[in-house]
Amino acid sequence: MNRSQHIFGSGLVLAVSIWVAWISYTQAPAEAFLFPRLIASVFVVLAGWTFGKAVLGLSKVGSGVSRSMFIQMVPGLVVMLIYVFWAAKTLGFYTATAIAFFILLSIYDPAPHSEARTWGKRALITACFVAVMYGLFALLLSVYTPREILF
Amino acid sequence: MDFIFYFGDVFSPLSFLLLLGGTIGGLILGATPGLSPTMAVALLIPFTFHLEAVQGLILLGAAYTSTVAGGAVSAILLKIPGAPANIATTLDGHQMAKQGQGAKALQLSFLASAVGGIFGVLLLIFLTPLLAEWALAFGPSHLFWLAILGVTVIGSLDSASVVKGLLSGCIGLWLATIGFDDIMGAQRFIFHPSLGGGINIIAALIGLFAIPQVLTMFAKGRRTSGAEVIEVQKHSVLDATKELLRRPLALGIGTITGSIIGLIPGVGGQIAGLVAYDQTKKFSSEREKFGKGHSEGVIAAEAANNAMVGPSLVPLLTLSIPGSPTAAVLLGGLLIHGIFPGSDLFDNHPDVAWTFINSMLVGQVLMCLFGLYVAGLAARVAQVPQSVMAAIVLALSVFGAYSVQSSMGDVYVMACLGIGMYFLERFGFSAAPLVLGLILGPIAESNFIQGGMIADATVGRAGYFLSGGLNIFLIAVVVASVAYSAWMELRSRRYTTKEEAQA
Repeated sequence: MNRSQHIFGSGLVLAVSIWVAWISYTQAPAEAFLFPRLIASVFVVLAGWTFGKAVLGLSKVGSGVSRSMFIQMVPGLVVMLIYVFWAAKTLGFYTATAIAFFILLSIYDPAPHSEARTWGKRALITACFVAVMYGLFALLLSVYTPREILF
Repeated sequence: MDFIFYFGDVFSPLSFLLLLGGTIGGLILGATPGLSPTMAVALLIPFTFHLEAVQGLILLGAAYTSTVAGGAVSAILLKIPGAPANIATTLDGHQMAKQGQGAKALQLSFLASAVGGIFGVLLLIFLTPLLAEWALAFGPSHLFWLAILGVTVIGSLDSASVVKGLLSGCIGLWLATIGFDDIMGAQRFIFHPSLGGGINIIAALIGLFAIPQVLTMFAKGRRTSGAEVIEVQKHSVLDATKELLRRPLALGIGTITGSIIGLIPGVGGQIAGLVAYDQTKKFSSEREKFGKGHSEGVIAAEAANNAMVGPSLVPLLTLSIPGSPTAAVLLGGLLIHGIFPGSDLFDNHPDVAWTFINSMLVGQVLMCLFGLYVAGLAARVAQVPQSVMAAIVLALSVFGAYSVQSSMGDVYVMACLGIGMYFLERFGFSAAPLVLGLILGPIAESNFIQGGMIADATVGRAGYFLSGGLNIFLIAVVVASVAYSAWMELRSRRYTTKEEAQA
């Protein structure tokens, strides 16, 4: 992993630690922030040490995120973010799960996209999976999930 | 010998059914590369909400036991360890499978796992009450240092970088402070309504262990596993048993090494398997056969990684300090059922504690019996494409996190922590100390506050927290574990640099 990735990662952690320390030492009542202050102090020291090592090029642990890995991950990550932060509540858990599951299978399944049989297989797997999830959560565990569209 | 009175409860119809389901499911999950025992147990927790505490724990305990053993299936037949604990098993197990001895290797692995596992659980049975009695003498300052010890030991021993491990622990401790403070009722670090009630442990566990795996599978892209399952020929279980009995050295070293390593918080099955393999090789009269398909290698590694399961729960059940990441997840399972492990667990909930421990003993036997027959099927499941696995785990995570308290906030927290953890892991941070920080944070804080009140009325904070035999001992262990890990890290770096220079 290149030095800039180490610097970016550890810099971000250092920024969070400084923010935590700043809030811990400035917010009232002081008694409520006694323990966070203790943690924040150690947090800042360790984050500063890690950042210093990254700047000096001494960070050895961690392989970072390569360009190709990131490119391959992005479609899945986008589907996941839409599924979690919008679709699950807006479309309903089971509808959103069926759509997200089918899209993810379509994106990452190594089987060829040109065969109708492959698409049928993906649809069948999706239907079976959502049926199992419905059976488990709605029928067996009686968990009430948002069901806005269809179910 | 209290545990004997609670054996009958394991065999009540629902409990036994859960034990069977957990064992078979765990074997299959364990054999699936990418699904670690910790993640499998975390994903199972939501299924325990509607069960009695003891039944939920039976399910989680059975899954823990059999996922570790199930990992040997893919290690032997696919050369892909199902979990880090099975790395040592691949060395000789896969060679045996390539030589047409796959069935024998599997049988030996399950038999050795059962022997090691039973010994480990017996150790849990006999050590736990002793330690629990000793733990009764602990006051707030000791419990504070114990919580810090739990975080620092796992942070330093479980991570490739001591500083990054400790930093992960700090992040976990900070996350634990989010929400309303217990004493003053003041808001702390709440910048979104979802965080008003603090971070839910179960949602966090699911996010921290499952989502990074999902993203790792995405990052591999449209790739097949590329691993071919080696066909398993028939082999007599009786012959495998005779072979196991002919190798007492490997079985003994594996079992004892695994049990001792299991007792040390933070040192997981991976270390247990590798150390046992290495020690058996040193003491064996046939050391030249190791790595070429020698049964002693499989026996030692598998006996060790299962022997470690029982003892890894000793610090959890007696001191509330989880000995491994999976034990930390089990602690989450205990807490959501309103059971607080510690010195009074065996006084307040003896039925839950002993039935759970007994179920692990029975689970070891079931794991062996089913392992011998489900192994072939489990290896086929291991070939399920990563795309399907990733989608399944993601959906299960969302449903699991939501079902904790029917809150979308928990789902958001799960996703944010999971995505954050994936990137942190890529930069060398690890999830285990973060989880420990999150779980032990409230214990550390409440004892810090209580201790502070006592200290203000007596000898002062420094005098209260930094004096007394037990406090000094605990502080010394914290310092020693960090120093030892730092020294080991430095040594391994020097060794790597030296090797690079020679190359």
